Amino acid sequence: MPANNPADSYCLGIESTADDFGAAVVSFDGKVLSNANDAYMPKEGGIHPREAARHHAEVAEKVLAEAFQTATVKPRDVSLVAFSQGPGLGPCLRTGATAARALASYLDVPLVGVNHCVGHIEIGKLATGAKDPVTLYVSGGNTIVSAFEAGRYRVFGETLDIAIGNCLDVFARAVGLQQRSGMPFGAVVEELARKGKRFVSLPYTVKGMDLSFSGLLTAAVQAFQSGKYSLEDLCFSLQEVAFSMLTEVTERALAHTEKPEVLLTGGVAANRRVQSMLEVIAKEHDARFCVVPLSLAADNGAMIAWAGILAYRSGVSTPIEESYVNVKWRLEDVYAPWVEG
Amino acid sequence: MRLGWRDKTMLIKKGAEASLYLETWHDRKVVMKRRLPKRYRIPELDHTIRSQRTAHEPSIIHKAKEAGVPTPTIFMVDVADANIVMEFVEGKQVKEVLDTVSLEERLRLSRLVGRMIGRLHKHGIIHGDLTTSNMILTPHGKVVFVDFGLSERSKELEPKGVDLHLMKRALQSTHHKHAKECFKAVMEGYSEAMGKEKTKQVTAKIREIEKRGRYVAER
Repeated sequence: MPANNPADSYCLGIESTADDFGAAVVSFDGKVLSNANDAYMPKEGGIHPREAARHHAEVAEKVLAEAFQTATVKPRDVSLVAFSQGPGLGPCLRTGATAARALASYLDVPLVGVNHCVGHIEIGKLATGAKDPVTLYVSGGNTIVSAFEAGRYRVFGETLDIAIGNCLDVFARAVGLQQRSGMPFGAVVEELARKGKRFVSLPYTVKGMDLSFSGLLTAAVQAFQSGKYSLEDLCFSLQEVAFSMLTEVTERALAHTEKPEVLLTGGVAANRRVQSMLEVIAKEHDARFCVVPLSLAADNGAMIAWAGILAYRSGVSTPIEESYVNVKWRLEDVYAPWVEG
Repeated sequence: MRLGWRDKTMLIKKGAEASLYLETWHDRKVVMKRRLPKRYRIPELDHTIRSQRTAHEPSIIHKAKEAGVPTPTIFMVDVADANIVMEFVEGKQVKEVLDTVSLEERLRLSRLVGRMIGRLHKHGIIHGDLTTSNMILTPHGKVVFVDFGLSERSKELEPKGVDLHLMKRALQSTHHKHAKECFKAVMEGYSEAMGKEKTKQVTAKIREIEKRGRYVAER
């Protein structure tokens, strides 16, 4: 059971939905005491689920040890273990879940399965002080516009095919760019885009509140292969079209819900161009613009720990026998009694 | 915009895509739909999107009338400045009324909305943004469809399914208490206009689209 003082109660959060294995210690009063991570870096191509899971199993011990050391918290002092239960890649999720189950039962503390998307939203709210935002959650695996209504984070719009981060990654690989440590594909594209001058017309696909990036990706790759355009101009144009689509849909949700804040979260939130676009619409609708800090933007254990704390405090926990992973767990399927609204 | 006749202007709706202003135009109460430049987009992209949508919308509104769906009368179109002057439709947004009326009225209204969507689809018009804030219930009990800014022409099954999927989603997010019964009534009305066979096909399509969505349990 957690100690009486929230600052002395700690949750261990384990994140393993895709290429990142993360572990973090967060106190019940919302202080991120550590946030350790090790990312699987494929030599070529995208994330191979089995290889990523193997990576996670190899680094788990090291990352967990780092999380405890940095936080100067002993495993025995942890009163809750939270893990990302879905959505994500099955083998990766299962690796994190196995570690979480083992630790929770060894330490004899409750276990909470956290929805990965909820984690991104909640850590954004914690870090920025946002209370009731329209959230644009953009990453390699997800593109969701959501807002809280009647007990749940409702999905107002989402991608109908690939995620925006996936679109940028696949484009970058297709045109021969390389990612480096600390410089993921998205950042490489952003850097090139800043040097772009000429706008190349590319398909802009908004269907009501939903988005589609696969046609845009194909057109951008084909435009590159035609040899008629510079890579800088294409990165620039791809970003302009994709981010304008995201901003248009977010603005529609904002106009519809009249929420007081706009929150940008997820790995792609690190992109300064998408930040600047959202900031403009937030201002125009008298909403406060909030962006998750860089250290908490990509997948991380802290967001899982914090969302776990929120859920646990409102009476949610996950018995080990019900802690199977849910690779297709939708955001709006999560009942979120900890949110006031 | 050079509007010599403007004496008073009132912003009635600041939408994401366009803003609506209440104006007086030749002694008529009109709505001016202005697609103002979006500062977040680069000018080239912004101008293309605004002028394409401005040119496109009145023609589809006209087609909707031919299909028997009430839409506002268009008085003037200015593509270069992305402005449309149209009739002001008296009434309330279906969004405001749907949750407050009786069950019977709610179902009647939903069926009526469904019948109008059926008429649009039957004539190859895909609305593209079927939300209850884009439908005005007039004092005479008509439902006027107002925003065709994202509409397209198509005879295909796919966009019809997407259109209704959007309607369903709008009901779920805005009228979650009554979403189920309302959507069922929408489909009943739809069937009256489109016929049973076509409705069956579209319903199957909607299900397929839902399953196509991300992280759907039954797939």
